[in-house]
Amino acid sequence: MSKYVIRRLLLAIPVLLGILIVTFSLSRMIPGDPCRAMLGEKATAEVCAKFTTQFGLDKPIPVQFGIYMANILKGDFGNSIRYSRPVALIMIERLPTTIELGFLAMLISIIVGVPMGIISAVRRNSPTDVGTMIFANIGVSMPVYWLGLMLAYAFYLLKGTPFWLPPSGRLTAGVVSVPFYEVWGIVADPNTAKYYFLEFFSNLYIFNSIITGDWKVLGDSVKHLILPALALATIPLAIIARMTRSSMLEVMKQDYIRTAKAKGLQSNLVIFKHAFRNALLPIVTIVGLEFGIIFAGALLTETIFGLSGVGRMLYDAITARDFPIIQGFTVVIAAGYVFLNLMVDVSYIFIDPRIKLE
Amino acid sequence: MKVKLPWVKTTPEKDYRSNSLWRLTQRRIFRQKSAVIGMTLLGLLIFIAIFAPLLAPYGPYEVLIGKENVEKRDPPCIHILGCPADKPQHIMGIDGNVRDVFSRILYGSRISLVVGFVAVGFAILIGTFLGAVAGYVGGSTDNVIMRILDVLLAFPSLLLAITIVAVLGKGIQNALLAIAIVSIPAYARVVRASVLSVRETSYVLASKALGGSHWHILFNRILPNSTPPLIVRGTLGIGVAILDAAALSFIGLGAQPPLAEWGTMLGQERNQIFTAPHLVLFPGIAIMITVLAFNLLGDGLRDAIDPRLRSAE
Repeated sequence: MSKYVIRRLLLAIPVLLGILIVTFSLSRMIPGDPCRAMLGEKATAEVCAKFTTQFGLDKPIPVQFGIYMANILKGDFGNSIRYSRPVALIMIERLPTTIELGFLAMLISIIVGVPMGIISAVRRNSPTDVGTMIFANIGVSMPVYWLGLMLAYAFYLLKGTPFWLPPSGRLTAGVVSVPFYEVWGIVADPNTAKYYFLEFFSNLYIFNSIITGDWKVLGDSVKHLILPALALATIPLAIIARMTRSSMLEVMKQDYIRTAKAKGLQSNLVIFKHAFRNALLPIVTIVGLEFGIIFAGALLTETIFGLSGVGRMLYDAITARDFPIIQGFTVVIAAGYVFLNLMVDVSYIFIDPRIKLE
Repeated sequence: MKVKLPWVKTTPEKDYRSNSLWRLTQRRIFRQKSAVIGMTLLGLLIFIAIFAPLLAPYGPYEVLIGKENVEKRDPPCIHILGCPADKPQHIMGIDGNVRDVFSRILYGSRISLVVGFVAVGFAILIGTFLGAVAGYVGGSTDNVIMRILDVLLAFPSLLLAITIVAVLGKGIQNALLAIAIVSIPAYARVVRASVLSVRETSYVLASKALGGSHWHILFNRILPNSTPPLIVRGTLGIGVAILDAAALSFIGLGAQPPLAEWGTMLGQERNQIFTAPHLVLFPGIAIMITVLAFNLLGDGLRDAIDPRLRSAE
């Protein structure tokens, strides 16, 4: 098993290198003078000269790429032009919101999508099946930002009822999430890796409030994430439901299912132990691919729901042409996507033991 | 005239219709409900796009201030649904610049369809070339091309498109180019796979033995085999391209105002969701119906073409 995992890890290296090359090339393709593109049209020649030397822009391209790669390996993504702060620090602040939002959305889409697909396949051509497929077809065709806006409006109409959900923000004004390291009395010097590490985990509000036992913050942060997560989950949910259905239908006509039924096994046992287990591989593959949709969708959803996550930051950076942020965030999201797909590949071993032998 | 005698057993008439892949597919498509619905919707959309100037009651950029008794962001007014007869009828309401939303939605179909077809067409062209060369030549050429495309696939497609447009500058053309670039790997993979599957077949060998040039073999013997999966992939891809283009326009990177593009219309009025929801509702429905048409048609085509899937469904 470890051999398979190592081989997969090694295969990811050229892809990661490729990602760096693409983002590096894109940053060099910005039309016009890179200094003026980065610092704005009003940058003086003096400032530009300093900028050029500081970022090594006067050196040959391969050397520049070497510097760029070395910096990234050190975790240095440069400084944001707009905020004059390290991109890495901004990422530590913003990434946790996106991660929580993404995982909540993924959870919703799996918990709802998989059973929907199974029921659809088992009761093929029934009204449930037809209804599910109509929903799935409409679901994949909907723009996520439109659905988000519509959900915000629908819940706005429910204002005053117990079903109302907050349409924007991460926490209600006045509710503060106290970092777990402060609660536990851990002291860390800012600008150290330890501080970045602690800060990252404490910004995962749901995680932070669970380990510190702050149920008020937990309830509030989950409440704020439900609407955006619902909007974000719809497309992956529809795709997962469709995939589960077709994968289950494929398996259900196999001989061993007929044998299992002929043996007189309970239908639930046949469906879950014999059919679903074997239908799982394509479902897991599609779940892995859905992370890409979730990442891209997060950009649009966060903008609508006023969540200060990676997507929102990227949107602001695009508007302000803050290239270090665009570049840094793109690298991290793409690397995260590769990592998640790697996890999916590794999970195949547990789902299908035959893969280990190949 | 044929006389049927009850005591004479007649054999059923033989079906002499062509059984080529195309004919079979054509017949199967019309048996697929989803494909028929998709085709109908798409036909309707193309009709609207072509005849928009005749169908739309107003011009897409026509500002109605001083011309009609309407206010900025007026809700829909439909006479048969009880809207006073002295108010002018605007079935989808009035937008923030006092223009008729319905007319803009009708004109918007032109942009979305063109973006979808052109972006996917471009991606298919480049993707086919790269995939065909990779599959046919093989070896290190194949490796280099496919690894580069793998890197493009490693990015979530919309994110890469956003980054490309952020670099190239906003505008519908750059958005179109970005969407085309990020779609190339999918088509290249489809073509490469079918090239690999037929490269060693006897009819390709026969063509080689007859002295056919590489280009002749590639374009006349091998590529026709990859057309059906390409059409399926392309149809589904147009839906995705339209969705991505609208998303780019929504965040202000694609089509720029005052262009009547659905994503732009949505993006411009998104802050009015609580006061004038119709300005967000209708462009969204338009995008959804268009994408749905391509998705249904693509699914139907796939089921008609791929026998393995057909048996599963």
